[in-house]
Amino acid sequence: MTDIGRDRILQRLHKAAAQAPDLPPTACLPIAAYDRAQRLERLTTLMSAMRTQIEVTTARDWLDRLREILKNRNLRSLLYSPETDLGRELKAAWPTDPQGLPALCTWKGPIEEFKDELFQIDASITTTLGAIAETGAIVLWPDDKEPRLMSLVPPVHIAVLGSDRIYNSFCEIIQAEKWADHMPTNALLISGPSKTADIEMTLAFGVHGPRELIVLIIDET
Amino acid sequence: MAEPARFDFKQNIAKALKDNQLRNNLRSAMDGLRVKRQDVFDDALELEELRRYGNAVKERALSRLPQLLEQLEQKCTQNGIQVHWAETTDEANHIVLEILQRHKATLLVKGKSMVSEEMHLNRFLARHGIEALETDLGEFIIQLDGETPSHIIVPAVHKNKDQIARTFHAKIPGAPYTEDVEALNRIARATLREKFKAGHAGLSGVNFAVAETGTLCLVENEGNGRMCTTVPPVHIAVMGIEKVVEKLEEIPPLLRLLTGSATGQRITTYFNMITSPRNSGEKDGPLEVHLILLDNGRSRIYADPKLRQTLYCIRCGTCLNHCPVYTRLGGHAYGFLYPGPIGKILMPQIEGLPAAGDLATASTLCNACEEVCPVRIPIPTLIRRVRNESYDASDAAAMPGHGYRRNLMEIITWKTWALVNSRPALNRLIIKLAGRLGRLMPAIGPLKAWTQVRSRPRFAPKSLHQLIREKGVPND
Repeated sequence: MTDIGRDRILQRLHKAAAQAPDLPPTACLPIAAYDRAQRLERLTTLMSAMRTQIEVTTARDWLDRLREILKNRNLRSLLYSPETDLGRELKAAWPTDPQGLPALCTWKGPIEEFKDELFQIDASITTTLGAIAETGAIVLWPDDKEPRLMSLVPPVHIAVLGSDRIYNSFCEIIQAEKWADHMPTNALLISGPSKTADIEMTLAFGVHGPRELIVLIIDET
Repeated sequence: MAEPARFDFKQNIAKALKDNQLRNNLRSAMDGLRVKRQDVFDDALELEELRRYGNAVKERALSRLPQLLEQLEQKCTQNGIQVHWAETTDEANHIVLEILQRHKATLLVKGKSMVSEEMHLNRFLARHGIEALETDLGEFIIQLDGETPSHIIVPAVHKNKDQIARTFHAKIPGAPYTEDVEALNRIARATLREKFKAGHAGLSGVNFAVAETGTLCLVENEGNGRMCTTVPPVHIAVMGIEKVVEKLEEIPPLLRLLTGSATGQRITTYFNMITSPRNSGEKDGPLEVHLILLDNGRSRIYADPKLRQTLYCIRCGTCLNHCPVYTRLGGHAYGFLYPGPIGKILMPQIEGLPAAGDLATASTLCNACEEVCPVRIPIPTLIRRVRNESYDASDAAAMPGHGYRRNLMEIITWKTWALVNSRPALNRLIIKLAGRLGRLMPAIGPLKAWTQVRSRPRFAPKSLHQLIREKGVPND
């Protein structure tokens, strides 16, 4: 049934399209250009306005900063990936008796087996692929090491970003990193914690996804 | 074409206009959205450049629509996404049902999708014992009350928080009565998180589909769309065939236009790009992804080069927010899924003029919709086209059911008008009579509609021609 439907739809479209003139491809709009400091500043301003907590830190200090942020927040568990550099560094520096800090935990098996546990976890930490200064968003390409739901299900999401990975615009990162040649299963832009204004246009955070988004920007300049 | 039940537009309008709460809700919501849009598009030149770009991208994408759909199908298939085609909403519903039954699914968690509303999917699945649960907060609220969306982007805009409080308290087991918006959100969050976990399959719409990569793009703030497309083992995406674009690099400007126009946001919380089902080694994401391409009259609209512009629409809803008619009526008065300016041109073309042609009468042709449309659809021109075709029984008209309003009175009126304006002597006589007898125009019959809500036209005793002649201006 659908094959016939498919052919009929396409036949109608081809017939109509044949009468139309060929149009040239649309020229790209110019890409916004900021310098390094401006990119960092713009990203910080825009994402903070979306109630993201931005912390600019260094490769040496980021773990101290993270512990400071998480201390005494009554978070029981922090989901991380032991297979990333970030995760290994985190694991090595995390106290075995995390007083006032969440205990580290890892993803186990496919989602079908891990679902119940995942929905109980308080916080997660992930890497990022980069960020976009123009609109204010971080970019995530989840993979087998850092599954998609790590940045969605736990109520607090911490993302770590290198300041040298902040691009001017979404268009720039797509072109510079040739996304069209190798799109992953899932690519994400995230600009803040989950939110809604569906009740009387009143903005409320944390409706389905994380209530809090914390971005640690490692800036070595 | 089967004629759907006629709706009483006039009665709906009268009812909506008398509903003070509805009008207050709409006024503040629409004003808010308009201000936010203005703030985010603060550079007028840049906005015009973006709109020009958006228009050009859609025009070119549609000029190559069949090729792009074939490319999208091929790329998606390569990526492991299963592509289905549906000529009608009924076919689309059956495709969804067949997938769900194959997986013995009884709970479908849904992200916001106007196409699924177009399909009346929830009602259809309920008849087959499958619960389709809306998870976008606004959609969740109206589903609890058995209503349809009154706005494309803010579906529950017609409701107050105390109404929502009553609904939650009555319909969600264990929910206390609270009018606190944060607390209401927490109730929805707790209720729906359990459903995301339990859902056997997830369904979403598609904001843009990229032909060159086979990528489905979803725009949202809440995260429910990501839940629906990541937690359950099956993801079904439904999209109208007009949503395909050629290149990935065309997405960023379109996204900026969509979020800026829809909610006045520079970007939404999440922009979710899905290119394949779970690959081996990956630990989450659906094992199966299905894409259903729905025609439902779109290929017919496509055949007319002018009407084709209707298909540029990216469903941002900003024409609703700027429409002097919509902002006073809300969406339900229109009686069809897509209200406001875009609905006035889209619904008559999909449902046929006899069913939905009346929608085009509810316009002042003020042009606000065209001025704000992010892809520059000439909505007022197309509204006039709907109006004209309603009376045009000739083969030159393209819309289904065209000429349905053609009637003897109309024909006689225009014939007379043509006669009076092509015979100078007759013209002079009529103008003279109108000047003398015009004020006696009775408020009955076909003239009643004109005179009862408008000031009765007052004819000058002497025509302009006559006045000028009396001034001694030579008549040549």
